[in-house]
Amino acid sequence: MLDQVFALTYLPIGRKAQVIKVGTEGLIRNRLLDLGFVPSAIVEAIRKSPAGDPIAYRIRGAVIALRSEESRQIQVRVVD
Amino acid sequence: MQVTGLQEFLERIEENKGDAVIALAGNPNTGKSTVFNSLTGLNQHTGNWPGKTVVFAKGSYRYKKKNITLVDLPGAYSLLANSADEQVARDFICFGKPDATVVVVDATCLERNLNLALQVMEITPQTILCVNLIDEAKRKKMAIDFSKLADLLGVPVIPTVARDKVGLLDLKESIHRVVFEKQLLQPRRIVYNKVIESAIEKIQEEVEVLVHGSLNSRWVALRLLDGDPTIIREIFNHLQRMDPGDQQSKRALKVVEDCG
Ligand SMILES: Nc1nc2c(ncn2[C@@H]2O[C@H](COP(=O)(O)OP(=O)(O)OP(=O)(O)O)[C@@H](O)[C@H]2O)c(=O)[nH]1
Ligand SMILES: [Mg+2]
Repeated sequence: MLDQVFALTYLPIGRKAQVIKVGTEGLIRNRLLDLGFVPSAIVEAIRKSPAGDPIAYRIRGAVIALRSEESRQIQVRVVD
Repeated sequence: MQVTGLQEFLERIEENKGDAVIALAGNPNTGKSTVFNSLTGLNQHTGNWPGKTVVFAKGSYRYKKKNITLVDLPGAYSLLANSADEQVARDFICFGKPDATVVVVDATCLERNLNLALQVMEITPQTILCVNLIDEAKRKKMAIDFSKLADLLGVPVIPTVARDKVGLLDLKESIHRVVFEKQLLQPRRIVYNKVIESAIEKIQEEVEVLVHGSLNSRWVALRLLDGDPTIIREIFNHLQRMDPGDQQSKRALKVVEDCG
């Protein structure tokens, strides 16, 4: 899966990836960028909530939980 | 998610506000309340969320014969305000008209933290960057060039270890200079792409007429372009507070309310 670009939602727990693109428009996009999901940033999937959604990610020194409808908008490529 | 009570809080700040009001803003957990407690000597970690600032806290200190009111704000990643906490912080910075805003950032993750700092600088030139937790940065062997950072941003940059009261005198001095000695600040302005800049140019003049100096017209123009109804509503609420007789903002507010 090394060269593949896929949605952050599918990043396995414990793996790191690089943000390639934030696909959505408007306020949700602004929000994701403000949370640190900008192209080239490194993101790590930390853990799933009991229901599997949201998932907690480490990004730029903070832990941020995203719902799958948000993480689906973020395209990433595995780096480790 | 609407947070009410801004008006009431502003009135409370207005009483005994002393010679200046300074807002303390920043991402969650960067040490704002630690700075606040060290400067004011007030212990205010009381709300129903221990260790987390969810309400405004107000305190004061005296420096060089001036009485300074400090306002400790809840942590925010963004002034777009997605949570009640962020809305409280945003409304105060945007509409509370503090004489200066100190943005407390975490030295170990500047990249993330500078986003909010830039957003604050877009609203007000009266911004001071307090780079806190430099002990942690040193421990992680991170070297930060503070004077270069100050040059790049165009605002004062003060390194601190708030927990050990390191750098807080420098911070008080910097606040004093910005507020009372009118130190000229020229924060770096973010230039957007051509499409956005020309859209700003198109509406800014009319926005200027609407806000007549009580808000930064470039910032208001940007928010109108964003189209976030909650902040647009607050902008017109603010204009109504400033001038209840102003028919234009009253009409605008009605349009926003009707759009939901
Ligand atoms: N190592 C170190 N720890 C600090 C420093 N300043 C504050 N802290 C610690 O960081 C933690 C968070 O501090 P607070 O002052 O509550 O942070 P805050 O920004 O007010 O947090 P929110 O209001 O929740 O956004 C506390 O455990 C402090 O003791 C510092 O300079 N160095
Ligand atoms: Mg706090």
